[in-house]
Amino acid sequence: MKILVTAKRVEDAESKIRVNPEGTGIVQEGIKYKINPFDEIAVEEGLRLATKHGGEVVVVSIGGKEVQEQLRHALAMGAHKAVWVNHTGALDQLGVARLLQKVVEQEKPDVAVLGKQSIDDDQNQVGQYLAEFLGWGQATFASKSESLESEAEKTKQPGIIVADGKAKVVREVDNGLATLEVTLPAVITTDLRLNQPRYASLPGIMKAKSKPIQELTPAGLGVDVTPKVVVQKLVPPPARKAGIKVPDVATLIEKLHNEAKVV
Amino acid sequence: MSNVLIVAEQQPDGQLRKATLNALTAGQQLAQKSGGELHAVILGADVNALAQELAGYGVKAVHAANAPAFEHYVAEAFAPAVSELAKSLSATFVGAASTAFGKDLLPRVAARLDAAMATDVVAIDGSGSDITYHRPMWAGNVIAEVKLTTPVQVFTVRPTEFEAAAAGGSGEVKAFSPATTEVKTRFVSFEEVKSARPQLTEASVVVAGGRGTKGDFKEIEALADLLGAAIGASRAVCDAGWVPNDLQVGQTGKVVAPKLYVAAGISGAIQHLAGMKGSKTIVAINKDPEAPIFQVADYGLVADLFKALPELREGLTKLK
Repeated sequence: MKILVTAKRVEDAESKIRVNPEGTGIVQEGIKYKINPFDEIAVEEGLRLATKHGGEVVVVSIGGKEVQEQLRHALAMGAHKAVWVNHTGALDQLGVARLLQKVVEQEKPDVAVLGKQSIDDDQNQVGQYLAEFLGWGQATFASKSESLESEAEKTKQPGIIVADGKAKVVREVDNGLATLEVTLPAVITTDLRLNQPRYASLPGIMKAKSKPIQELTPAGLGVDVTPKVVVQKLVPPPARKAGIKVPDVATLIEKLHNEAKVV
Repeated sequence: MSNVLIVAEQQPDGQLRKATLNALTAGQQLAQKSGGELHAVILGADVNALAQELAGYGVKAVHAANAPAFEHYVAEAFAPAVSELAKSLSATFVGAASTAFGKDLLPRVAARLDAAMATDVVAIDGSGSDITYHRPMWAGNVIAEVKLTTPVQVFTVRPTEFEAAAAGGSGEVKAFSPATTEVKTRFVSFEEVKSARPQLTEASVVVAGGRGTKGDFKEIEALADLLGAAIGASRAVCDAGWVPNDLQVGQTGKVVAPKLYVAAGISGAIQHLAGMKGSKTIVAINKDPEAPIFQVADYGLVADLFKALPELREGLTKLK
């Protein structure tokens, strides 16, 4: 089977994110960039599906030439080829989904596996848009019943069960797990506990250097990516007033009772 | 006229999801700003009672679609019905609460309406159709003020940031029968995590445990029982399988804003803080005095939770 996965370039989750004084963006100093963690889980799931069922994993990223780093990372993990949509400048989720739609029409995968959200925009929209644009079924927030410490995880079994042209997906929803069966092709988005992504091995990194990256552009794909979600301004979140350290439990209870009046 | 349509949510147990009422408040704000009417929609196998209930929360009308195809929620089936209704109402704004349901469904509705969308909205300002949505980015480290430039605007709201709509008025209940579409998605099952405790996102007190518990949640549970609290957890303990996933508080888990949040043995990773720093009073108990959780705590106690929590329980019991 052919699996299309995504690899957005985002700020490392451990980086300190601060708004710049102009409110036009974030302070770039000291920021490291990585593949979006949810996308990394999507790449891992794609690789496991390809190992189990045979086939190939195509990884897509959109951005300036720096996103080739994330594509190489996914290739080093084991993806077979990469598609780079070369675009600099503003882009919203509708634009991303329209570009992915064109790439899907070109690559004709059996399934598209995307991170459920990127940890910069936190919008959680692209997978659902893509499914609707393609007229495909969707299963968002893919997870699995087993924990990340389980045997199934240690032996790198896919959490998404594919059989007879259908995918069975356990979804992480409020108050429990919901299971859906979607007819392929379909869009699946990944949640945190679907798998533990592998590290890229040294041979993997060497091999990745010779794997192909196909370059495309929005104009070449015929997509107008003018953003419809327009960010006017960025502001820091409201600060919490400084708290205090209490020396012991008795003081804590006294404060909670008399000062905060919550117990 | 800029009508507003709020998509209501039915829980697996058949009840109305409380977060729907918070979304209705956002809807009321938009209706006032834009001079439109507030409508609600609910879909299910038999939702007439829920529609009646919803009609008592200040809406012009509740549109109820009863059909076997809607017995179990599937985005692919619900999205055409909701977008069809939005068109027939000339709705400018279509919204829902940012629950797993809202986040799964609304983008699909937006795609059908050629609409841009704002997720996890925490505040709304502006007037007419010139609306600015405030929404968190980068795990809540940044609040973005965004405009949606499409004729129809779609959004989900953080339930903790809007009051629940007050009961009042009696809207009209209207049945509607959307064209049923063939879908490629089949609902298989729902495995509920059952708990006698209040829902995490709706509890007024949350007691949360992290890696410091080493997977032993007995003290967390005991304190939660005493306070009538919901139990939360950090990502690390959910990943390890020590507690069910749906207890995770954080950017990628549940966002909570209770009156009292007790974090025990939680270091306070950025993504965890994003899920709880809206709480009114935060207590942190951690052995490590340098733990980042202390930066957001109103009251920090450097202590071993296995010593501090029993003492805390004892003291609180005396207080009562």
